[in-house]
Amino acid sequence: MKNPDELQTESSAAGDGATVAVSPHKQSWLHSRRFRRHIMPWLFIAPITLLHLVVVVGPSVAGMYYSLTEWSGIGKAEFVGLDNFRELFFEDRNFLLALRHNLMWLAFFLTVPFAMALAVATLLAQVRIGSMAIRTAFFVPYVLPSVVVASIWRMLLDPRLGFGVALENWGIKGLAYPYLGDKNTALAAIAFVDNWHWWGFLMILFLTAMQSIPSDLYDAAKIDGANRWQEFLHVTLPGIRPTVFFMLMMTAIWSFLVFDYVWILTHGGPAGSSEMLATYLYKQAFQRFEAGYGAAIGITMSAIAGVMATIFVLLRRRGWDV
Amino acid sequence: MFKKKGKSRLIPNYIILLLLVCLALGPILVLFFNSLKSFNDLGTNPIGLPRVVQIENYVNAWVQGEFATTLTNSLIYVVFTVAGVLVLGGMAAYSLARLDPPGDNFYLVYMLTLSTLPFWLYVIPLFIMWRNLGLLDTRAGLIIMYIAFNSPFAIFLLRSFLMSLSRDFEDAARVDGANEWQVMTRVVIPIMWPAFLTVGLVVGLGVWSEFQAALIFLQRDELMPVTTSYYNFTQRFGRDWSLTSAGAVMMIAPVLALFLALQRQFVTGLTQGGIKL
Repeated sequence: MKNPDELQTESSAAGDGATVAVSPHKQSWLHSRRFRRHIMPWLFIAPITLLHLVVVVGPSVAGMYYSLTEWSGIGKAEFVGLDNFRELFFEDRNFLLALRHNLMWLAFFLTVPFAMALAVATLLAQVRIGSMAIRTAFFVPYVLPSVVVASIWRMLLDPRLGFGVALENWGIKGLAYPYLGDKNTALAAIAFVDNWHWWGFLMILFLTAMQSIPSDLYDAAKIDGANRWQEFLHVTLPGIRPTVFFMLMMTAIWSFLVFDYVWILTHGGPAGSSEMLATYLYKQAFQRFEAGYGAAIGITMSAIAGVMATIFVLLRRRGWDV
Repeated sequence: MFKKKGKSRLIPNYIILLLLVCLALGPILVLFFNSLKSFNDLGTNPIGLPRVVQIENYVNAWVQGEFATTLTNSLIYVVFTVAGVLVLGGMAAYSLARLDPPGDNFYLVYMLTLSTLPFWLYVIPLFIMWRNLGLLDTRAGLIIMYIAFNSPFAIFLLRSFLMSLSRDFEDAARVDGANEWQVMTRVVIPIMWPAFLTVGLVVGLGVWSEFQAALIFLQRDELMPVTTSYYNFTQRFGRDWSLTSAGAVMMIAPVLALFLALQRQFVTGLTQGGIKL
């Protein structure tokens, strides 16, 4: 496979030299085979790649270096080795608390939205009349900006003006509660709000995957006398397994990067009860100007997310997936 | 008789689905109702229909939230980011799908791996670099970042769309003596509109809703997009729900209108790979 390719390269290079020797116009080089086949394609790719290198890749590498320094973001960074990481893992209780919250977040988002999405996609797949309208309704929360979703739910979860008060007016008491203001419920309330905007999208992904399962598999299951539950277990679930698996992996990665909903709803409070790695990083780097320390948090988050992704990729290689 | 049985079998499905539809749309309806209530009405009647419709909330929110400025800013960010992503990402996708650059497989792996680098890994050095380059707290600085964030998705989607198209038209144009630039602008771009629309919608929605980068990289009020500006607005008028609700409705109305009009393109785009935070 490689040899003809190389041969072609050499012959075109040789032909190129000949062209230049015969007619020394600039035009001829632009029209030469070598330029057309090897240089020009990369000129099309170069601008966006340079941009991505400057904005994303370069700073990522720099971040790894800064995580080893004590630095305010201004002036010279002082190299301190792994000191930041020692402090993070052995001294900083706020960091460990945030890490724990991210793990709880992970546990919630690997289970609740997946269960809801699987159940509802199964119910919706059987329905014909009104199916498109229902699908649209479930998708709408996903297209709303996080600031609006947060604003809606801050209103509805308010102890004096929220849904609890409305239910009280109808005779159901005890649900008017400062969900976001109590340190025992704040994290759960934020997870609920984030999930409200997220699970419908997950459901649509599963539904799309379900609809690509060949219908004769279902016919065969019916002939074998399978009930609805057996049908789900032996036909539907294996059919959408790649999608479920991929989304589990993405959820695992994202769970360590969550910021918007936490910041908008509680700023990590009250009393650090909903602090996450991202909000903690934001506070360290952009409010206390501990750029080196913040970079160390960033590396830690990214490393954990990377390990999660690697675990999933390895599981997939082991045959957990089709 | 069989038919009847088949239909009644689905009644539990409909009941559960409709309850969940209420959960999905109910809060948005409450937002809309509250945007029309007076302050006192909202205090005694937080969920139900407004007793008296008070349209002035919109006028007040528009003025006090400076929506004229911030909606314009958001529109600028969306338009320039989408244009940049489509032009630069489109060029790269065209090259990868059609010009067979040597080493393209390596490049695809590179993009796939490095596009997963998380925002929080590079945000601090990027912030310092932007400050040193004078791009911090500028429109251009934010747009350049948004183009870079969104480019891998655009390259992959446009490339796979192009690869699903036949090369016959392009070859015919080449036979007629068109050069590569003419082939791209006269033949390829016109047939790529559906893919451009999908990418544009996904990227545009992402930029319109973007919060964390705008929060970190912009300080001046007059440059803020509607998201961070609205966030500050809710901090300032925290308990005036009718005012903040009116602001929220103005922010989501264009998104919802566009979504309902172009639902299919939105859903395909978002499910194909616009799966993001």
